[in-house]
Amino acid sequence: MMSKILEVNGLTMNFGGIRALDHLDLDVHAGEIVALIGPNGAGKTTFFNCLTGIYVPTEGEIRLTSPLTGKQTLLAGLKPNKITELGMARTFQNIRLFSQMTVLENVMIGRHCRTRSLIFGAIFRPRRTRDEEQDTVDRSYRILEKVGLSAQADEFAGKLSYGSQRRLEIARALATDPFLLLLDEPAAGMNPQETADLVDLIRRIRDDGHAVLLIEHDMKLVMSLSDRVFVLDYGEKIAQGTPAEIGVNAAVIKAYLGEDMLDEEST
Amino acid sequence: MTMISRQDVKRSLLVSLWFVFLSFPIMVIQVNPVERTVVWRWSNMLTVAVASFLLSLLVRVWLFRQEKRLVQVQLSPSPQPSIFHDLLKQQKFRYPLVIAGSVIVLAFPLLFSSYQANIMTTALMYIVLGLGLNIVVGLAGLLDLGYVAFYAVGAYSYALLNLHFDLGFWAALPVGGLLAALFGVLLGFPVLRLRGDYLAIVTLGFGEIIRLILENWSAFSKGPSGISNIPRPGFFGVEMSLDQAMTFMYYLMLGLLAATIFVVNRLQDSRLGRAWVALREDETACQAMGIDKAGTKLIAFALGAFWAGLIGVIFAAKTTFVNPASFTFMESAIILSIVVLGGMGSITGVIFGALILILLPEYLRPLSEYRMLAFGAILVAMMIFKPEGFITGSRRVYRFQAQKNSPILKDDE
Ligand SMILES: Nc1ncnc2c1ncn2[C@@H]1O[C@H](COP(=O)(O)OP(=O)(O)OP(=O)(O)O)[C@@H](O)[C@H]1O
Ligand SMILES: [Mg+2]
Repeated sequence: MMSKILEVNGLTMNFGGIRALDHLDLDVHAGEIVALIGPNGAGKTTFFNCLTGIYVPTEGEIRLTSPLTGKQTLLAGLKPNKITELGMARTFQNIRLFSQMTVLENVMIGRHCRTRSLIFGAIFRPRRTRDEEQDTVDRSYRILEKVGLSAQADEFAGKLSYGSQRRLEIARALATDPFLLLLDEPAAGMNPQETADLVDLIRRIRDDGHAVLLIEHDMKLVMSLSDRVFVLDYGEKIAQGTPAEIGVNAAVIKAYLGEDMLDEEST
Repeated sequence: MTMISRQDVKRSLLVSLWFVFLSFPIMVIQVNPVERTVVWRWSNMLTVAVASFLLSLLVRVWLFRQEKRLVQVQLSPSPQPSIFHDLLKQQKFRYPLVIAGSVIVLAFPLLFSSYQANIMTTALMYIVLGLGLNIVVGLAGLLDLGYVAFYAVGAYSYALLNLHFDLGFWAALPVGGLLAALFGVLLGFPVLRLRGDYLAIVTLGFGEIIRLILENWSAFSKGPSGISNIPRPGFFGVEMSLDQAMTFMYYLMLGLLAATIFVVNRLQDSRLGRAWVALREDETACQAMGIDKAGTKLIAFALGAFWAGLIGVIFAAKTTFVNPASFTFMESAIILSIVVLGGMGSITGVIFGALILILLPEYLRPLSEYRMLAFGAILVAMMIFKPEGFITGSRRVYRFQAQKNSPILKDDE
C-alpha cells in the first residue's frame, strides 16, 4: 500500500441553511487515480473549493502529506496559494484561464510559486533571474508538449478551442509541480476523440508520479480510469470502492446511476 | 494597405482650413482698445491649423481602424496588433521614426521657446504619472481613483522636509518616492479584499482624505495657503537663470522618463508582471495557481505610488510652490484618462495618451474652459469606438531553449 497523501475527516460545509457537504471522509494515496462522482449539485465542486482553500469549511479536517518529504500539514485556514505551494493543484469546472495572456504564459503562471525573483530581479535581471526565467519557459514549454498544445504556445488562451482550454487548465496546474492534481470535470464538452486523448493524458500524468483526484460525469471514463471511486449525493458520501464494486452498488444505482447505467449496459 | 490615403490628408487639410477661418477672429486678431492697436497673433493660427489637422486625421485613422477591425473580426478571430505596432515593427519605419523622435525630444528646449519646453516638461511628468498608475490599473487591474494622493505625498514631503530640515532636491527625490510607496502600502492593506467599483470608491475617498488633511491641518501643512519658496533642483551648485533652470528641468524629466520606461518595461516582462496580469484576469484562478494575492497587490500599489511620489517632488521643485488645490480629484481623473485613453497595460499607449490629453488642451487654449467636457466626450467616444485604448498591450513571445539553439526546429513544428 502506498502512503496516504490526502486525508479528509468529517468535512462539513454550510452555506447559510444549506448543507452542501455533510461529514465527508475521503482519502487519496500516492500514485492513485481516484474519482469523485455524484448527481448535479451533490457538492463535488464545493468539496474541491474546501480542499483548495477557496472556501473555509464549517467543520472537519483536511490533512495533506507530501510523499517526498513525508511532511504532514493541516490545511485549516490556509490561503489557496499556500495550499498550491504545498503540492495540490486544481483545474476549474467553469474554465478560468487568463484569456488575455498567451498559452505559454498561462503555464508560466503555474511556475510562479516555484520561482523567487521579485522587484530587484525584474529590474536588474541578474544571472539568477535570467536562468530562472529561461527555466520557467523551458519547463512550461515541455508541459505544453506533454498536453499537446506546444504548437499554440504563443496564441492567446482565450482563442483556443474548448477542449484545448481544458487541457491548458491541466497544463497550468501541472506547472505548479503538484503531487496531487484535482481535476473538476476535465472531459466536460469534449468530443469522443478528445475524451480518449484525455484518458491517455491522465494516465501519463499518473505515470509521471502525480496522484489524481477527479470529478467526472462521464461514467465510461470514470470506470476505465480510476482505481477507486467515491460517490456523493446531497453532500453525503453514499458509497466508495473500486469501479466494479460501485457499478453494482444498489444505493449508487438508485441515487445516481439508475437508468444511465442500465442504458450503458444494454448498448 | 496604407493607413491614410491622400484623400484623407486632403480632407483633413480642408477641415483645418475651416477651423483656421472660423477661429481667426478670436485666435489671431487681438484688438487692444486702450492703445487702439491690433495685434496679429500668427503663431496661434499655425497652432490651430496644425492641431485641427492632426485631430481630424486622428479621427480618420480611428474610423479606418474601426472598419478594418470589423472586417478582421469577421475574417479571423486572432488579436490584431495596432497600427503603431505595425509601423514600429517594420524596420524601414522603425529606425527613422525612433531617430527622428529622439532628435526632436532631445533638442526640444533648443528648438522651441522656454514656454513650450515648460509645457513639454509637464507632459513628460504626466507620462511618468500615467506609467506609474498603469502598473496599478493597467497591469494589476486595480481601479485606483485616488492616485493623486501619492503625488501630493511626494510634493509635500519635499516641501516640508525642505522647510524644516533644509533638505535638498536630490535627497528629497528618493525620500518622496519611498514615502509615497509607504502610503501606497498603507492604502493597499485595507483595500486588499475590495474589487472594481468598491475599490474605486475607497481609493477616491483616500485621495480626498489626504487633500482634506493638507487643507485643514494648518500646523502641519500650512493649510490652503500652501508652502512657497521651494528651491529648484540644483546641478552641482551651478547658478542658473530661470530659463536655464526650466531647460534643466526638462532634461531631468526626460532622464526620469527614460529610466521609468526602462524599469516599467522590465517589470512588465517579469515574473511579477505576469502575476499582475493574471491577477487582473482572474483573482481566484490566480490565487489557486499559487500566487500570493495580497503581496502582489501591495507591490503594485507601492510601485505605482513610488512614481507618483517622485513626480510629486519634481512638481514641487518645478512650481516652487505647493498647495492642496493642486491635488484635487481632477488630477486623478486626468491621469486615469491617460491610462484608459492610451490603452491599459501598454507603455506606448500611455505616452500617446499623455501627449494627447496634456498637450491638446494646452495648444487649444480656447477649448481649455471646455476641458472637462472634452475629456468626457473623448472618454465616452473611446468607450464606444475603442474600449481597449489606442494601443492594445501585446504579449511577449518567449523562446524555448531548444528553439534558441536551433532556429529550424521552430519551423518544423
Ligand atoms: N458559494 C455558494 N453559496 C451558496 N450555495 C452554494 C455555493 N456554492 C455551492 N452552493 C450550493 O452547494 C450545492 C453543491 O454545489 P456544487 O457546485 O458543489 O455541486 P456539484 O456537485 O459540483 O454539481 P455539478 O455536477 O453541477 O458541478 C448546490 O446546492 C449549490 O447551490
Ligand atoms: Mg461542480
